Amino acid sequence: MSAELFSLSLAEAGDLLAAGRGSSRDLVEAALGRIEATDARIGAFLRTTPERARAAAAAADGRAAKGARLSPLDGVPIALKDIFLTKGVETTCASRILEGFVPPYDATVVEQLERAGAVVVGKLNMDEFAMGSSNENSAFGPCHNPYDLARTPGGSSGGSAAAVAARQVHGTLGTDTGGSIRLPAAFCGVVGVKPTYGRVSRYGVIAFASSLDQVGPFGRTVRDAALLLQAIAGHDPRDLTSSTRPVDDYVAGLEGGARGLRVGVPREWLAGGLTAGVERAVREALATYERLGAKLVDVSLPHSRYGIAAYYLIAPAEASSNLARYDGVRFGLRADEGRGLKEMYAETRERGFGAEPKRRIMLGTYALSAGYYDAYYLRAQKVRTLVRRDFDEAFRDCDVVAGPVAPSVAFRLGEKTADPLQMYLADVFTITANLAALPGLSVPCGLERESGMPVGLQLVGRPFDEATLLRAARALEREAGPLPAPRIA
Amino acid sequence: MSLTLDEVRRIAALARLKLSPDEERTFAGQLSAILDHVAQLAELDVSGVEPMTHALAEGVPLRADERCPGLPPDEALANAPAREETFFVVPRIIE
Repeated sequence: MSAELFSLSLAEAGDLLAAGRGSSRDLVEAALGRIEATDARIGAFLRTTPERARAAAAAADGRAAKGARLSPLDGVPIALKDIFLTKGVETTCASRILEGFVPPYDATVVEQLERAGAVVVGKLNMDEFAMGSSNENSAFGPCHNPYDLARTPGGSSGGSAAAVAARQVHGTLGTDTGGSIRLPAAFCGVVGVKPTYGRVSRYGVIAFASSLDQVGPFGRTVRDAALLLQAIAGHDPRDLTSSTRPVDDYVAGLEGGARGLRVGVPREWLAGGLTAGVERAVREALATYERLGAKLVDVSLPHSRYGIAAYYLIAPAEASSNLARYDGVRFGLRADEGRGLKEMYAETRERGFGAEPKRRIMLGTYALSAGYYDAYYLRAQKVRTLVRRDFDEAFRDCDVVAGPVAPSVAFRLGEKTADPLQMYLADVFTITANLAALPGLSVPCGLERESGMPVGLQLVGRPFDEATLLRAARALEREAGPLPAPRIA
Repeated sequence: MSLTLDEVRRIAALARLKLSPDEERTFAGQLSAILDHVAQLAELDVSGVEPMTHALAEGVPLRADERCPGLPPDEALANAPAREETFFVVPRIIE
């Protein structure tokens, strides 16, 4: 029985519980067993919380027995990127500087998921402070791609994508600042959604670049991602940047198909630089949309090629400010050799931060320092306006924009670690949606013939139009069928 | 664009980072390469373009001016590397 439970989608697991044909206890044991059996090779989890999960499962089973399930997620095992504060459960952001930190409160999204009855079984691996595209910047070891253990799952939410792909849990949450949900979703062959900036609360989410960070779900199917997004979307008075706009029903229109949909294809995104296998899979997905009755529209995003440059000024600038709080005073690591306060700050940060956070703090400090602000940060913020205008223009002629998530399939572990700039370029297609504050997702569009690795199609939508994105993604998913499950060797 | 080791040390000091000599050399090269890449923004004419200072068009909502409960001191101090009563203890600041 257990052997089959972990391979259910989140929606199927919820249906099983709703019909009284299974228990949350069995689902949780199946998930914990699967993690036990596979995670020494995958490395998706930084820690599991079996006792809390078992207690939550018992409560969920009690509600189900009384016919009082809280939501479609009630009793279903999920897991969280280790960037979300969990009351009483260590939260490190994959950094030594937060090792041993036990938050005194829950992130809003954690409260929302638990209020919906979802059972959190553990915290997931990631790049340190969400800075990276391969999960190799974790201070606690890399995560591996379930489709090929020698390759990266993508980052920064590598554990969140790998855990779903490896059938360890039925859904996860991650965060996306420049592509950190969509890239790992594409690399691991799962669905990942970065909602519109402001759609999901960030209260209790460890900050990286506050004008870009957004929380979103991973699911094995579009429906699973929609169910999770439904549970976490909405206004939060504790997050100044959270929107008061009403939340759409993401599930009701899911099967609406693609007929009449205008799919914008940015000519700059297919103009070269893609591997042959990625280009073929993306073009096949576009042809599928046409066959389904959608209309392909040629659009232009002329400033998207400046996205990486603008991002690597804005994000490090904001990070250098956000990470100033890690100073050894109130929480986390303190390295004090008795030489005074300033020395304590510097020693703590030297020992606690890995290379990538240091690199970005340095870059951001430089970009914000006296004499450079106008040339770097202010200019980047103006370019951001131009990037957003490109999309506004494109959305006059189309309903969604479609293209690749990344130039290649998952690269090999170690391939790009020596050259940070090469690593940054993995986000060339995802970064613009963050700069423009727009919703985007990755949906599997097949396996690359040459490598057998998953390819993702990226869809970007109008502000707060996640419902159309999800419907469009579902239309492709229904046509393409599910990817074969990875064989974890 | 090439950052000198002195510039790297100056930035590290501003950022309260203590770098090893190896790190200083590595970062000088890597940061210079990244700055070369971002220099392409100078190609664009941004005169008359407003900076995107808010990602959300709605503006910033204000909450009601009411008292909200905070964390009890013991919980707020539970993660402190060093504490005394209800205070964080830090190295001596004034000699």
